[in-house]
Amino acid sequence: MSADGVEVFSIIMAVLGGAVRVGTPFLFVSLGELLTEKSGRINLGLEGNLIMGAMAGYAVSYMSGSPWLGVLAAGGTGVVLGLIHALLCQQERVNDIAVGIALMIFGTGLAFFLGKSFIQPQAPRLPAIELGTWSDSPVVRSALEINVLFIIGLLLAPAMAWFFKYSRWGLMVRTVGESKDAALSMGLNVNRIRLYSTVAGGFLAGVGGSFLSLYYPGSWNEGLSSGQGLMAVALVIFARWNPMYCLYASLLFGGAAALGPALQSVGVTSGYYLFNAAPYVLTLGIMIVSSSSYKKLIGLPEELSNFSK
Amino acid sequence: MKKIMPSMLITIGALCISLWLFGMFVSAAGANAFEVFHTIYRAAFGSWFSWQNTLVRSAPLMLTALCTAIPARMGLIVIGGEGAMVAGGMAAAIVGVMLHGWSPFIVISGMLLMAAIVGGLWIGAVGALKFYRGVNETISSLLLNYIAIAIMSFLVIGVLRDPTTLNKPSTEHIGEANMIGAIGDSSIHWGLGIGLIVCLVLWFVMRRTTFGFGVDVAGGNMRAAQISGLPVGKMLLIVCFIGGAAAGIAGMIEVAAVHGRANVSLNAGYGYAGILVAFLARHNPAAIIPVAILLGGIQASSGLLQRSHDLPDATALVLQGIIFVIILASESLYGRPILAWFRSARTYKTISSESKV
Repeated sequence: MSADGVEVFSIIMAVLGGAVRVGTPFLFVSLGELLTEKSGRINLGLEGNLIMGAMAGYAVSYMSGSPWLGVLAAGGTGVVLGLIHALLCQQERVNDIAVGIALMIFGTGLAFFLGKSFIQPQAPRLPAIELGTWSDSPVVRSALEINVLFIIGLLLAPAMAWFFKYSRWGLMVRTVGESKDAALSMGLNVNRIRLYSTVAGGFLAGVGGSFLSLYYPGSWNEGLSSGQGLMAVALVIFARWNPMYCLYASLLFGGAAALGPALQSVGVTSGYYLFNAAPYVLTLGIMIVSSSSYKKLIGLPEELSNFSK
Repeated sequence: MKKIMPSMLITIGALCISLWLFGMFVSAAGANAFEVFHTIYRAAFGSWFSWQNTLVRSAPLMLTALCTAIPARMGLIVIGGEGAMVAGGMAAAIVGVMLHGWSPFIVISGMLLMAAIVGGLWIGAVGALKFYRGVNETISSLLLNYIAIAIMSFLVIGVLRDPTTLNKPSTEHIGEANMIGAIGDSSIHWGLGIGLIVCLVLWFVMRRTTFGFGVDVAGGNMRAAQISGLPVGKMLLIVCFIGGAAAGIAGMIEVAAVHGRANVSLNAGYGYAGILVAFLARHNPAAIIPVAILLGGIQASSGLLQRSHDLPDATALVLQGIIFVIILASESLYGRPILAWFRSARTYKTISSESKV
């Protein structure tokens, strides 16, 4: 292989590995956001859940010695933040988007406050499964180190698709999301179902956060999240409210985010920051092309329709 | 007054509850709540020195708050203040460097104008996408924040980089002569004056002109406004442009009064804090002034809190988060019977007898 060929190969491997590593938190947060939005609410505060989850996961893993307890604790903080969001939003005149922004500030502040003492120590990390032992190339090996959380996410996406399509509960969530009136006339408790969906979504976002601090990048500091939680909202639009598309979109966004550093490592520095913006430009483009003032976005839950009116 | 009283009471009540919750929080963290409050007061408003610090921080907050508040009067939730501020600051720095050698008056006016135009177009695009394509304004403005930051990073690292700035890639300096000076002997720069004027002018426009009234009507009921013949689309573009222009000016002030160059310091979170200011002020441009000063004070106190109580510097962020959550929760109180208590007994009776009919 020529020198150029080696470089191209290493970039491709870095992007593929990055798609999995960087994409996993995207996957969890976007599945959480998807679940919330299917029930007819937007939670813009998942960035707070993510950072809070990263902090709590790291702290609990450090104190207990078990990273899996950390993952649970991260989910737990997500549950609490989701609960606050749901309870506030079911009050009259309270806007779900504004509450999301408020909880993002609150969650971030709380995580920085409580996490101050955990910046130094090294907590046990989540284990990885080495699928690349057959190869001699370190590039291939590092790309094929797959974390268990990614595999869980990989199974979760089709499970959620099945849940929405075939299960009674999934149908209830969809009904509440499509038409509040229809749900009410069927005797469904709209607020309760939205509460469960938001809380479960918050749990998933918290777990996504623990991946950041316990696996990749793998330590807790205040610059850990670069807006993955906020991006989840855009990602769900990009994925057209379909869990399987969420999986593909997360991998795509992860790969796009890994492309910049990979190019930089082989000496391409100009344009590096423009590659960082690629996912955002892509999402904006999709929104512009696919929405119009006359028809709603494909897949958009009807109760979210203030979303595009 | 009847309309102002309850909304002020609710806001002040919500602030008290937030402070109480925050007090509980710092007590749980092992600090004396009353001493913490005293420290915040001292660091924010306790002396002329701290007042200057607070006011300098409040100037960009006033302007970025307008970016959320003005479109919000029409029912839009725009969170793109950060991006418009970065875009405006970048534009100001480019103009400042390009006009090098001209008289400072021309350079400063040029920077101000260009920042307002670029910031205005930045959020104006959000309004246009909303009106012509039905793209949700919250998401598009959020995405534009990231795009603005990426474009700025690209420009200051590449084409526009001053080679002498090693650690923090920046544009060239706009020149000391072209910087916005301080007011008198203080360390407060004239950016505060710009912020105050813009807030007051926009208060007049939104509350005392036909245009402002039309915007409020459309904010109350878009469909009714459309049917009664108001040019809803044009108004939507204008409110977004005004909001973006205000945030753009905030970026220009940061460049021309503080840093002298455009670099990543522009992306310091003023845009996101401005969202909180706008909601606290209930999207009233005049109310933004005291709220921005209050929030500027809270932000200014984080350093002293860390030094004298050994609390993390994120303490101020926790307080902001608590206030924001409680203020939003208090929205649900508007129009509830408890408030009728504050109105005169007669009005209450007529209201309740009407509602029975």
